[in-house]
Amino acid sequence: MKQTISVLVENQAGVLNRITSLFSRRAFNIHSLAVGVTDDPAISRITIIVESGNSVVEQVEKQLNKLVEVIKVRTLDEGTFIGRELMILKVSANAKTRPDIMTLCDICGAKVSDVSTTSMTMEVSDTPDRLDTFQEMMRKFNILEVVRTGVIALQKGAGKI
Amino acid sequence: MKIRATQAIMECLLEQEVDTVFGYPGGTILNVYDELYRYQGKIRHVLTAHEQGASHAADGYARSTGKVGVCFATSGPGATNLTTGIATAYLDSSPVVFITCNVGENLLGRDAFQEVDSTGIAMPITKAAFLVRDARQIPDVMRQAFAVAATGRPGPVLIDFLKNVTAPSQEIDYTFIPWRENRENRESSGMQALNESRRTQKPEPDRQDIRILLEMIAKAKRPLLICGGGVVRGRAHREFRAFAEKLDAPVAITLMGGGAFPGGHPLTTGMIGMHGSRASNVACDECDLLIAVGSRFSDRVALDPATFAAQSKIVQIDIDRAEIDKNVVTDHHIIGSARRVLSLLNEEMPQYHHEEWKTRILPLRAPSAAPESEHLTPQQILEIIRQRAPKDAIVATDVGQHQMWAIKYLHFDYPGQLLTSGGFGTMGFGLGAAIGAQMGNPDKRVLHITGDGCFRMNCHELCTVEHYGLPIVSVVFNNGTLGMVRQWQNLIYDKRFSETTLDRGPDFVKLAEAYGLRGFRVTNRAEMEDALEQALAGGNGAVIDCVLDADEMVRPMVAAGSPITDFLLNEEGRA
Repeated sequence: MKQTISVLVENQAGVLNRITSLFSRRAFNIHSLAVGVTDDPAISRITIIVESGNSVVEQVEKQLNKLVEVIKVRTLDEGTFIGRELMILKVSANAKTRPDIMTLCDICGAKVSDVSTTSMTMEVSDTPDRLDTFQEMMRKFNILEVVRTGVIALQKGAGKI
Repeated sequence: MKIRATQAIMECLLEQEVDTVFGYPGGTILNVYDELYRYQGKIRHVLTAHEQGASHAADGYARSTGKVGVCFATSGPGATNLTTGIATAYLDSSPVVFITCNVGENLLGRDAFQEVDSTGIAMPITKAAFLVRDARQIPDVMRQAFAVAATGRPGPVLIDFLKNVTAPSQEIDYTFIPWRENRENRESSGMQALNESRRTQKPEPDRQDIRILLEMIAKAKRPLLICGGGVVRGRAHREFRAFAEKLDAPVAITLMGGGAFPGGHPLTTGMIGMHGSRASNVACDECDLLIAVGSRFSDRVALDPATFAAQSKIVQIDIDRAEIDKNVVTDHHIIGSARRVLSLLNEEMPQYHHEEWKTRILPLRAPSAAPESEHLTPQQILEIIRQRAPKDAIVATDVGQHQMWAIKYLHFDYPGQLLTSGGFGTMGFGLGAAIGAQMGNPDKRVLHITGDGCFRMNCHELCTVEHYGLPIVSVVFNNGTLGMVRQWQNLIYDKRFSETTLDRGPDFVKLAEAYGLRGFRVTNRAEMEDALEQALAGGNGAVIDCVLDADEMVRPMVAAGSPITDFLLNEEGRA
């Protein structure tokens, strides 16, 4: 089962290293990890997706809480948060295939960010499942390159971690 | 007030009431040692033969005194030589602040001479690792490091100063703040916010959790207490004893719990786990309520988590929330320091009597007198030590058979009396730890109990014993083999003694003499009695080389991963 953990940490050199080394040492598997600064420049937020059972997630949370640089940790329950991921995807394209690609982009809410005589590059931000669908639909056009950021997430409503 | 950066480092040590540091100088830490030269009257530096020895000495000092140990080393190999000591302290939750220096900012990341990523290496084996690149951070980082090392669940912290940060030209603003004042009033002191105060304050136990445990105790017919390392670190021995006596339950002691409950107490059932006594292991199997205080149910205690205390409700009392349900799934837990939780329990708990249960368990304790024999036996050696060495002697052990024998046959009566590497199992820990303990406890006798394999690993620290005139007596259980590994080969590997025969030098008597100490070799009981008498009488250190049979075994024994009463060996022979 995929679980989403949101962590506030001090924005300092070595903190990310400390967190990822904790995951490797305790043999916790990271599915994705995204880091960025918050509105307080001294604090960063890390969103980690782990693929494992509840007991593992509980251990992850407890071990993260022990790190001096970690300010807060919260496992976000399914349905209580907004999770989004950004994908940039490049496919082969020519005059003939371009309209079909454009149609799919419209349906999936993707934006064309670059075009050349032989390729098109799109960006789309959505839930990981919908990104998977878009990627699947693009497969027949010959995907040249894909990059995904990993999920970032915030709780719904006024709640904060 | 403006002072030199290195001066601030020394002043911060004085803030923490540090008067002794262990270490070894080198290129990048020269400026710090230059400052230390000016602080000679205030801070005593103990120079060891090797950084590893210094790391164990600082650890032994911390374990035996309850204070934070401090250890200095230079960059590169100096720092990497500390790592075994850091990990040893980490696994046994010992508070030590390790201070290293690294190359200057201009060389950082360029693979300079003796450069290594010390904080990177130390990360998984410290509570926190700080890299200091700006001299103005020194007071904050030093204060934070000591606070982190000493509070909550204690443990090692590393501070790595870049060499340019320690340059004599670096001056910073500094005000002396005694540590108590600093920790109580953190904001006004300017200490970097520790994010949430809970990290440097003991969590207050939940009263509802206390009530639930009291109800569980009231229902229990066959309670068992486990005394873990947390009782030692938290110096909660008085509260633990009162609790055990009120509960009137057998007390099993883990390796790390040694000293927290009197070894000769009528409720003691001895060690639990792989080499646990029959009494402890059977009690664990038959109890209906198991209360573990400051124990993390390591794989040497809960050998098989699935069958561990299968008939029992399991309750865990620990200061570290991450230990709850990590290895063994519990029925109830209380978060808090052992001392605080136990005193709250003691206030509310009535006196219980569990005669029937005690009658079942306590008689299983093994007889204690050593049988007579022509050859010297481990039990005889330890019996002689118990009879002739002062009752309050501090015992530092290495790792292996001698360690298990020492814990089985000696009695430890106060926290810090037994210094042993439990979690990390570091061969070579003992002599360094003994040096640290003797430095911190000049009025006590310190004994170093070791095996021939372990002794060979760090015996160069005998020069430290000699130089500082420490009256440490090293008792070497010399069976000419790597005994514990050989025991496994004997029992599990069909006697294929692969590379465990240590039939080689040096002559430990001559070695002791070469270091300016006294050496004795003993082969029977009378010689041992005589040698120990002489060794204890002299004012300087001594080594007693005890010749033992190669196939002496630690009994009882339960194989790794097996149910706790599936004895591979019992007291008499194969089970």
